[in-house]
Amino acid sequence: MAEMTIATPPTTTAPPGEAPGRAPRGGRRKAAVRRIRRRLVHLLIVLIAVTFLSFVVIDLLPGDAAVVVAGDNATPAQVAQVRADLGLDRPMLVRYVDWLGGVVTGDLGRSFRTGQPVTEALAQRIPVTFELTIIAQVLALLVAVPLAVYSAYRPGRFVDRTSMTIGFGAAAMPQFVFGMVLIVLFAGGLTSILPATGYTSFFTDPLDNIRTIILPCLTLMIAEAAVYRQLLRSDMISTLQEDYILMARSKGLGPRTILLRHALRPSSFSLITLSGVNIGRLLGGTVIVETLFAIPGLGQMIVQAVFNRDYMLLQGGLLFVAVAYVVINMIIDLLYLVLDPRVRRDA
Amino acid sequence: MRPTMPRAEKAPTTATAPTGKHARREGYEDGALLTVDDVHVRFHTRNGVVHAVEGVSLSLSEGEVLAVVGESGSGKTVFTRRVMGLIAGSRDTEVSGTVTFDGSTLTELDAKGLSAVWGKEIALVLQDPMTSLNPVKRIGAQITETLILHQKLSKQDANARAVELLRSVGLSEPERRVRQYPHELSGGMRQRVTIAIALSCSPRLLLADEPTTALDVTVQAQILDLLGDLQSRLGMAMLLVTHDLRVVRSRSDRIAVMYAGRIVETAPTKDLFDAPRMPYTEALMNAVPPITGPNHVRLAVIPGRPPDLLAPPTGCRFSPRCPYAQDRCLTEEPPLRDAAALPGGAAVDHSYRCWYPVGTPENAQARRVNAERGETAAGTPVTGEMVPA
Repeated sequence: MAEMTIATPPTTTAPPGEAPGRAPRGGRRKAAVRRIRRRLVHLLIVLIAVTFLSFVVIDLLPGDAAVVVAGDNATPAQVAQVRADLGLDRPMLVRYVDWLGGVVTGDLGRSFRTGQPVTEALAQRIPVTFELTIIAQVLALLVAVPLAVYSAYRPGRFVDRTSMTIGFGAAAMPQFVFGMVLIVLFAGGLTSILPATGYTSFFTDPLDNIRTIILPCLTLMIAEAAVYRQLLRSDMISTLQEDYILMARSKGLGPRTILLRHALRPSSFSLITLSGVNIGRLLGGTVIVETLFAIPGLGQMIVQAVFNRDYMLLQGGLLFVAVAYVVINMIIDLLYLVLDPRVRRDA
Repeated sequence: MRPTMPRAEKAPTTATAPTGKHARREGYEDGALLTVDDVHVRFHTRNGVVHAVEGVSLSLSEGEVLAVVGESGSGKTVFTRRVMGLIAGSRDTEVSGTVTFDGSTLTELDAKGLSAVWGKEIALVLQDPMTSLNPVKRIGAQITETLILHQKLSKQDANARAVELLRSVGLSEPERRVRQYPHELSGGMRQRVTIAIALSCSPRLLLADEPTTALDVTVQAQILDLLGDLQSRLGMAMLLVTHDLRVVRSRSDRIAVMYAGRIVETAPTKDLFDAPRMPYTEALMNAVPPITGPNHVRLAVIPGRPPDLLAPPTGCRFSPRCPYAQDRCLTEEPPLRDAAALPGGAAVDHSYRCWYPVGTPENAQARRVNAERGETAAGTPVTGEMVPA
């Protein structure tokens, strides 16, 4: 490999001007391809495991989708008819293989209750949850990173102590309590500058979209920001003990340059990891916030599907969550390649 | 063969007037580039106060190489960092004394004033090149940032000069190196890079803190030769910190031996090797195995351990380990005294801290006394190794 030619004497590589840069870049691309391939295999295994397990669990759950769908006053014959219509009279394994075959062709089946194609339901819900998740993450990082950097620079001082206290308070408070506090403050209690519930799509009305997601996003981000601040602060403090930071100081670089250009990147690996895990988690589980603010997101859909025994819808939702989780982690994995040149070398 | 390292003044777009640096040098009267006066550093820890540096004074002229020699824990690293100002007073760090560089008092400068001197006038090379380069930044970027900051070079000019600098420290394929990351280089190569960084702005003083300790033995000499070569070519002063007396014998003008936070002996290199006065210096020299000596003999070692800086011994700090220690050594700390008055003492700038300096009748007497009772006044057994016949 080109990037491994460390010990070889300086001899006959390409003429200067061409050679520099090619080796590391080629190495990076190779490493990226290798990682993606490994992750795709990983993805496949995870997806099969998750969907199969959920099929099994759903099958074992008390309650019968056919009974729910047929309604309270249905006769046993009607229930049997519904069961046959939904294909629920077949063995579990057959249903699973059938469903899996559908997935491969892009057909996730139809909702038991509404008859709506599951793909269509997902297409409606995913953008909402996606928007919440991403905006909440960006906000959390925007708040946490500067606070963490400054806290690490002056540990134990005002900014550090204040942000730590507030952060711990916020992280210790259940999400819905914090959400309700926000509602009281901004949406109907003290002031009514923001709507308490509902969701408007960005494409319908961008301004209204922003107004409707502010409170849910704030509710989601606060605890994350507190954790991120704490994590980055402690990683940063240990980075600042490194020799290369002393070296950077001895070069006469200012604190700003040292913190942001020298210390931040090597301190950010665990933050990136955690943030990736959180995005994956939030994509499937902003249920509390979605319920509190009456937002038609994925979490709500999944919970309702469970209550309604709408197994097709539930399967579709779980499939998306699993895919999202693995894909996000794949992206994080690739980010390491960009952030840490040392990773590019390992096999 | 290699192109000479261009001085800052010759760099294409430097704003500094050609006389800028040197005009100030002329204006400064007593000739010393660096003057350290009675510097103390104490760390208040949970276990007590660590007396890392206790009243060190020395001076360094333009172009001079001063070696600071001492065991680990003798306070030499803390001293170096204090000289530069990298260690400042704080809630748990107590500092005193003054450091004057080129007429300005570093110890009175604020952070901003210091960073204008750091990297530009005074540069630092650290011990371990595996940890002193930022692992996630390219070599080139780590060199150019000082050039852009201090010499106001454009990014392009800085890049060109980074390549030049790498070539001048003997790195092959400098055009490729600037695009590499530290982990792609060997230890010796990395130390060359840190030297290139340190010298990028042609500093007038280089502090090299054990620059070869972390390197392979085969590479050590190369790096030291490189440092010596660049030092004389650039005419900069150098404070070379090491624990290895051998290393500095041919590479320094003067040596200051540190022990337990104090300078215990200082002399021009030749005089120190010819006539060490402080028993600790003598012991250090004896601890170097002679190449011409017989094989398979026990190496001479200094008995005991480096002193605990939390609770340094009273009297002479070296007395618990000194083969000549007498009662007086245990209670009274010897001052730094001029060696010119001693028998065989040349009229040079040589001072030492001992009541029974090596090569005097008093020392011979002390040795006899200890040999008779089989131990020193501190109770250390006198072994044949420590007492030359």
